[in-house]
Amino acid sequence: MSSAEAFETHLAGQRLRERIFRGSTLAAAVLLLLLLGGVVVSLLHGAWPAFSRFRLSFITHDVWNPVTDSYGALSAIYGTIVTSALAMIFALPVSFGIAVFLTELAPPWLKRPVGVAIELLAAIPSIIFGIWGLFVLAPLLQASVEPWMDSHLGAVPLVGALFQGAPYGIGFLTAGIVLAIMIIPFISAVMRDVFETVPDVLKESGYGLGATTWEVIWKVVVPYSRTGMIGGIMLGLGRALGETMAVTFVIGNAHHISASLLAPGTTISAAIANEFTEATTPLYTSSLIALGVLLFVITFAVIAAARLMLLRLGRRALASV
Amino acid sequence: MSRRLFRKFVNLLALALSGLATAVGLLFLGAILWTLAKDGFAGMSAAVFTQNTPPPGSTSGGLLNAIYGSVIMTVLGIAIGAPIGILAGTYLAEYGRNSPLSAVIRFINDVLLSAPSIIIGLFVYEFVVVPMGNFSAISGAIALAIIAMPVIVRTTEDMLNLVPQGMKDASTAMGAYPWRTITSIAYPAARSGMVTGMLLAVARISGETAPLLFTALNNQFWSTNLKAPMANLPVVIFQFALSPYDNWQQLAWAGALLITAAILVLSIAARVAVSRLGPGSGRK
Repeated sequence: MSSAEAFETHLAGQRLRERIFRGSTLAAAVLLLLLLGGVVVSLLHGAWPAFSRFRLSFITHDVWNPVTDSYGALSAIYGTIVTSALAMIFALPVSFGIAVFLTELAPPWLKRPVGVAIELLAAIPSIIFGIWGLFVLAPLLQASVEPWMDSHLGAVPLVGALFQGAPYGIGFLTAGIVLAIMIIPFISAVMRDVFETVPDVLKESGYGLGATTWEVIWKVVVPYSRTGMIGGIMLGLGRALGETMAVTFVIGNAHHISASLLAPGTTISAAIANEFTEATTPLYTSSLIALGVLLFVITFAVIAAARLMLLRLGRRALASV
Repeated sequence: MSRRLFRKFVNLLALALSGLATAVGLLFLGAILWTLAKDGFAGMSAAVFTQNTPPPGSTSGGLLNAIYGSVIMTVLGIAIGAPIGILAGTYLAEYGRNSPLSAVIRFINDVLLSAPSIIIGLFVYEFVVVPMGNFSAISGAIALAIIAMPVIVRTTEDMLNLVPQGMKDASTAMGAYPWRTITSIAYPAARSGMVTGMLLAVARISGETAPLLFTALNNQFWSTNLKAPMANLPVVIFQFALSPYDNWQQLAWAGALLITAAILVLSIAARVAVSRLGPGSGRK
């Protein structure tokens, strides 16, 4: 074989390897697409018996009764929305404060350790938050906060109903607080990253006009980073809506709609986690998967919106999520 | 109060509140770690590592089968998820950097990254457990792989993007095909960053509970059969913490401490790897 021929064979081998490597990277990338498609198709397939049996009443009925094999998701949807809303109310101010502290206030030597500590909070698995909520937070709330709410806030007109009832320790309020603790690191990390994209020149011109630090934050930094902040908040909301283990421990698992935040309830994810392996009839299993479809639709919408908003900032702002 | 004093007051108040918020965040971290340490060490004993999970009513027992199961499923999950994740990340960063397909996949990956893990569990249940006919360790590993994948895709793409174009161009100028440039130049240059991504993925999946509930389920006994249900720390913690038995609850805390310690070590190691070595230590 001449050297030219040897070179030709070598090149052919190189081309073959190139095709194989390129093909496998493409295949892996397309697999991600198929994965999402597979999730949608398989969930819909599993949920079909429940949806075709109950139709729209699946989301408008609040009766969840395995004995009569009749299922309505309203109480779980209600619980998911209430706990997530509570979590956002608690988490937003704290996350904003942390982001402000980390970007504008903390001396350089404090910035990194505190930032890392907050990020470590994000790495703790949700089941740990769950047992902590059940064994530490719930008894605490039951003994002190909830009786106080019942006796002091329970009689207030209009909002009183939110705080009435026996202090169980577990319920919407506890779940909301645990969720808030869980999403604070996510929201504050995104906010911090977004705040850091604000050009120094903008802030300096604020200071140059005589603004205080707070005025620069509120009137320069916040307006500049509004889209990114909302994206981060919605990312946190997506987590809160879909969070399972932390909530399952402290929500009480009662398919119940009650005005009081102190009452036990359930969420979509908690119902699935609690009942799936115990589901005795095919319709029961299918109804739980149908709950999964609802959760998927809700979280997909929220996460997709959040990602689209954050897309504008480029990918660096998302690195910590 | 004069306007100037008022503005100063508002400023101080706002900054004090932001400091307070940070203190609150750190307080929760401290409270959780403290409880974990207190109750976790109280439940810790040699039996935790030498005995299997106890039956109801027994006063002894450990977590050996659960620890084994967690390690096996995490390793399998990464073994399945990492190659696919790295290849997909390579496509996004190199071959398809600017293609519309990549934009879509990037978006889908970001959505998968924050999708609720319980949904992934349901998917694997429908897709693997139902056709197989029973709960199994392998289905648990697949669920974990699907959760690990987006993390690895993301870090691989980001790290490959950090490799200077000039280095790749030099390789191309020498006559190397893209696959050769990627495997011999880009991967080594981005190695430490990619390892970090893998560590973060391990940290992420080793504490996942929801997707294992209806895939790997749980197993009271020692089992190495991948086609059968397998014990794992998160599900054992879930069941034992909610049980009425004192020794089960203690084991749950011991397991919780083990998982958290492992994850914190992994996360810190990942950070150290990045800050010490830089995203691509090989290219310095």
